[in-house]
Amino acid sequence: MLCSSGWGGVNVEGKAIIQAEGLTKRYGTQTAVNNLQLQIQEGEVFGFLGPNGAGKTTTLLMFLGLTEPTSGKVSVLGFDPVREPFKVKEKVGYLPENVGFYDDMDARQNLRYIARLNRISDEIAEKRIDYWLEMVGLSGEASKKVGTYSKGMRQRLGIAEVLIKEPKLLFLDEPTIGLDPDGTNRMLDLIHSLSREKNITLFLSSHLLDQVQRICDRVGIMINGHLVAIGPIEELAKKKLGVNQQDYTLEEIYMKYFKEA
Amino acid sequence: MLTIFRKELGDHFNSIRFLLISALIVMVGVIITSMVGMAIQEELKGMAKPTLIFLLLFTSTGKLFSFVQFIGFFGPLLGIFLGFDSINREKVSRTLSKLVSQPIFRDSIINAKFLSGVTIIAITLVATVLLISGMGIRLVGVVPGVEEVWRLVIYIIISLLYISFWLGISILSSVIFRSTATSALASLAIWIFFSFFVGLGASVVADAVAPVSKTASGVDADMLIRHERIQRVISSFSPMVLYSDATTTILDPMRKTTRGLILMGPLERFSMSRFQNPLPLLESIYIVIPHIISIVAITLLCFGICYLIFMRQEIRTI
Repeated sequence: MLCSSGWGGVNVEGKAIIQAEGLTKRYGTQTAVNNLQLQIQEGEVFGFLGPNGAGKTTTLLMFLGLTEPTSGKVSVLGFDPVREPFKVKEKVGYLPENVGFYDDMDARQNLRYIARLNRISDEIAEKRIDYWLEMVGLSGEASKKVGTYSKGMRQRLGIAEVLIKEPKLLFLDEPTIGLDPDGTNRMLDLIHSLSREKNITLFLSSHLLDQVQRICDRVGIMINGHLVAIGPIEELAKKKLGVNQQDYTLEEIYMKYFKEA
Repeated sequence: MLTIFRKELGDHFNSIRFLLISALIVMVGVIITSMVGMAIQEELKGMAKPTLIFLLLFTSTGKLFSFVQFIGFFGPLLGIFLGFDSINREKVSRTLSKLVSQPIFRDSIINAKFLSGVTIIAITLVATVLLISGMGIRLVGVVPGVEEVWRLVIYIIISLLYISFWLGISILSSVIFRSTATSALASLAIWIFFSFFVGLGASVVADAVAPVSKTASGVDADMLIRHERIQRVISSFSPMVLYSDATTTILDPMRKTTRGLILMGPLERFSMSRFQNPLPLLESIYIVIPHIISIVAITLLCFGICYLIFMRQEIRTI
C-alpha cells in the first residue's frame, strides 16, 4: 500500500491510479513539462491548474500515451501508456476542450460509433447509450443531427461519449467552458456524482477556479512546465496565505503562486 | 479497423459526392456507348469476320474520345475527389483527436480511409464497365468471348491501381495540409503537372539534348532514335502515360508493343508487317508487365509516404 505523504502532503489510503516520476517532455529546446512528480489516488477528484501553455495538455497526452515522454516514467492504472496504449485507452476517457463530433450524424450514431471502436457489443452499447443520454439530459434530442446542437448540448454529449466505455479514470479538459450558469451547475453535479457513485477518478483541468474549488479534493498548480504546488486546497491556503478558516479563495492562492513563479 | 472502414464507406455512400459520381457513371456510360456503338456499326460495314469487336467499345474513339482515354484523363479526378479531405476534415471538426484516444491502432484510421476509397473506385469502375458492356451488347449485337472478358478484368485492375494512386496523392495532401481547399488544390496541381507538363517537358528536354536537324539527306536516323528514346524515358514519369500505354495494349490485341513506330526493333517491325493476327492474352500481359509494376510501385510508395507522415505527426497538431 502506497502512502503518498511525500507526494503532496496528503495521506490517502488507496491505490495510485496515476504515478508519474521525473516525467519530462521537450519540443526541440523548449521544455513543455519538466521533471513532473505526481501521484493520483483512486476515486479522487484532482484539479489541474495553470496558465495557458503551462504544459497541462502535454501532461494529459503523455498520460494517455498519445505523446511519448522525453524522459521519466509514468504508469496509468498500472500500465505504461507508451508500451501498452491499448490497455490505457480502454479504461481511460478523455474529453478534450471543444470536443468534435461527426456533425452529419445524430447523437446516437456518434455514440454508437465510439462504442464500436471500443469493441462494446451492440446490445450493451444500446443500453449504455440510453442510460447516459438520459443522465446528461439529451434523450429528447438524441435523433437530431449533432450539427444543430448548441455548445452546451455538445459538451453534455461529450461527457456521455467518454462514459460509454465506462472508464475508471476520466480526463476532462475545461468541461464547463461555454455553458450557461444552470448548465455549469448541472455539469458540476454530474461530475461530482460520477466520482461518488461510480467511483471514477477524475482529473480535471480548468481555469475556472471557483468551480475547481467546489468539486476538487486536491489541486496541482503547473507553471512553465513545473508543478509548483500540489495538495488539498486548505493545506495550500495554510501554507501560502497563512489562514486556517474558510475565508480564502483558490484564486488568491493561485495568484500568489503565479506571481512567485 | 473494420468499424472505421464501414463508417467511411457509409459516409461515402451517403455523401452528395457519391450521387455526383453515380450521375457521372450513367452519363459517361450512355454517351460513350451510343457514340462508339454507332461508329463501330459504320466501321464494320462490309468487313468480313472481324475479331474481338467487343473491346472496340472501350478503345474506339467514336466521335470524341474513348472510354479508356476518358478514365486516363478523369480517373485521377475521381481519386482526388474521394480523398482530398479525408484526414483534414477530421482535424477541422476535431474528431481526429477523439479517434486516436480510443483503443484502436493509429494506422487503422488511415488504412480504413484508403481502403474505403479504393472500394468506391472499384464499384464505380465495375459499374461503368458493366453498363457499357450491357448497352454495347444491345447496340452492336456481339457477345464478348472469354478472352475479352479477361482483358476487361485486367483493364479494371490496372485502372483501379491507377486511380488508387491518385487517391493516395490526395490523402497525402490531406495529411499534410490543414485546410481542405489547399489540399484539393495541391492534389490538382500535382495531377496537372504529372499528366500534362511532364509530356511537354519531355519533348522540350529531348529537343535540347538530341535535336533532330534536317539535313539535305533527310533526318539523321540515329539522332531521331535518341530523341525518341529520351522523350519516352521522361514521359514515362507521368502516371497517365504509363496507364494509357498499359491499357491500350491490354485492350487492343493488335498492338504488339508499347513503343512507338520509330523505336520498334527490326523483329517487331517484321512481325507487324507479316503477322496481322491478334496477340494472345498472355503475350499482351507480358508486354505491359513493367508498366503494371510501375503503377503498383508508385501507388504503394505514395501510400507508404502518406502512412509514415500520418504516423509520425505530433498529436498536438492533430
